[in-house]
Amino acid sequence: MDFELSDEQRLIQQTAREFAEAEVAPHAAAFDQRAEFPYEIVSKMAELGLMGLPIPEEFGGAGADTISYALAVEELARADASVAITMAAHVSLGTMPFLLFGTSEQKEKYIPSLASGERLWAFGLTEPNAGSDAGATQTRASLGDGTWVVNGTKSFITNSGTRLTAGVTVTAVTGPSSNGHAEVSNLIIPAETEGFTVAKDYHKMGWRASDTHELAFQDARVPEENLLGERGKGFRQFLTILDGGRISIAALSVGLAQACLDASVKYARERTQFGKPIGSFEGIQFKIAEMATRIEHARLMTYKAAWLKDKGKDFAMAAGMAKLFSSRIATLAADEAVQIHGGYGVMEEYPVARYWRDVKIGEIGEGTSEIQKLVIARMLDL
Amino acid sequence: MKIAVCVKQVPDTTARKELTDDFRLNRASLDSVLNPFDEYALEEGIRQKEAHEGEVAMVTMGPASAEETMRKGLAMGADRGVLITDSALAGSDIWVTATALAAALRSGGYDLILCGQESADARTGLLPGALAEHLGLPFLSYVQKLDIEGSQLRVRRQLSGGYEVISANLPAVVMVVKAINEPRYPSLKGIMASKRKQVTKLDAGGLGLEPASLGIAGSRTEVVAATPRPAKEPGRMLTEPPSEAAKLIADFLAENKVIA
Repeated sequence: MDFELSDEQRLIQQTAREFAEAEVAPHAAAFDQRAEFPYEIVSKMAELGLMGLPIPEEFGGAGADTISYALAVEELARADASVAITMAAHVSLGTMPFLLFGTSEQKEKYIPSLASGERLWAFGLTEPNAGSDAGATQTRASLGDGTWVVNGTKSFITNSGTRLTAGVTVTAVTGPSSNGHAEVSNLIIPAETEGFTVAKDYHKMGWRASDTHELAFQDARVPEENLLGERGKGFRQFLTILDGGRISIAALSVGLAQACLDASVKYARERTQFGKPIGSFEGIQFKIAEMATRIEHARLMTYKAAWLKDKGKDFAMAAGMAKLFSSRIATLAADEAVQIHGGYGVMEEYPVARYWRDVKIGEIGEGTSEIQKLVIARMLDL
Repeated sequence: MKIAVCVKQVPDTTARKELTDDFRLNRASLDSVLNPFDEYALEEGIRQKEAHEGEVAMVTMGPASAEETMRKGLAMGADRGVLITDSALAGSDIWVTATALAAALRSGGYDLILCGQESADARTGLLPGALAEHLGLPFLSYVQKLDIEGSQLRVRRQLSGGYEVISANLPAVVMVVKAINEPRYPSLKGIMASKRKQVTKLDAGGLGLEPASLGIAGSRTEVVAATPRPAKEPGRMLTEPPSEAAKLIADFLAENKVIA
């Protein structure tokens, strides 16, 4: 067993940290307040290579492993969860489906401009009536004369409406299947497709500087070749994509929780009550010690899941557990961080108010905590 | 153009440092980083290479672990590394370090040798000058701007309250200050690609150096004592009403010639 990061992993962590501290953190509060997508930061992330970090070099990525990717997401989230989810969703939900399931033509056509971060790509699974029950997908696509005609609505789709967005991959029912269930496939919908409209940005509580929209498809037509990989494999494909996405959210939650800890330690040393820094009181010390212990626990689970994935081992349960646990302890950390800050914790002038609003989505996005538990229970043969 | 950048592995600048009984830095427990001052020299080397073509080699002397800190420079864009490592070199002072670096640089045929202003651990700032002396090359110190035209070098040398413009023939040794540029982040692609870049290891024998002239034995200086910097005295808190306090502050500033 070896807990040491490799030279490359350490350097990627250091670089992501320096970048996040210098280029992301100073602007996080302002973008959050204005609920504004940080184009300039995303362009700097692209230049650094973050937007294609785990994508192989042959497609223009950096070819880093999943551990490096998790380290980078964690460091970005420590500065700004909105920026972290923008990068993580682009990589693991937007680009990975092409890499994992695309034909060689699709890989060559779409991946290079996504790996370079020049363009963004989104993934549309959730619908107004199909969230945790992804099998209830109502979006339909029918094939005729070499064209898919897509009709339906997708909800809460990250990176779907920016100026950089080149398109979205959506799950759609493409016919009945032999076993009575719907046949689900994934379709590649370029942003300029007629009949594809992007509704205005949601008014969100957290991740406010990230780009999230509802999408509508009304007789949106794409060529037959825009089927991602094989027909009827859509269900299997998105389950695999979500397994990887869980590592993203776990890492993002660890980064946010670490930000809560950093802010709490700093404040506990500075804030004086009863003639002493509040960090000298056991009541505060215990909160912070517990927070630090939980973060270490979550971080180890997250790195372990990433490590399993890098080793080509089954990582689905580890990723589900890491996501479940990390998102929970991030919520607890933000709660305690606000408590430690007292009245100031409720003020937007201190970053912990933003952390408190940002952590909650970790327990909901890319599979709710309840779904994670179901997934874990199923793997325990229940 | 062949450019060499001299770099040093130093303890993480945020770490608490301890000395051994013979006043050497206890490196065992410390994380190491690339000397931050050297990043400016490296950035300048990479920019000059981008403008004039050629190659950038990083040259360092240190323990075997120094290779790890050279990765950052290779990821930033240096083409290769040269690591002088030999247990006989442990404890070397500036003179011996410059001797060893000069031996490695002499055989490299470099047109330009760049150094940072000082190391973040020892902070003497003496090495670049010693190196130029060993190599018999022109030495341009405290450089804040560097232009190369053909075989000529033209620099702005930072002075207090201004600068002077100096030109010299290449090859030359140039020590740069922080004002010269803003070092780039190593790109993540660069980090991954740095694995494939070569770091050549040299030992004392390979450089033709006599073991007796190296390390503590060969050093011409000896550290005889080391004292921690005295703790900063607490500032003076003024509790007078604002109008009186303001006058006291103004008097204090005038007394100390901060204001006239």
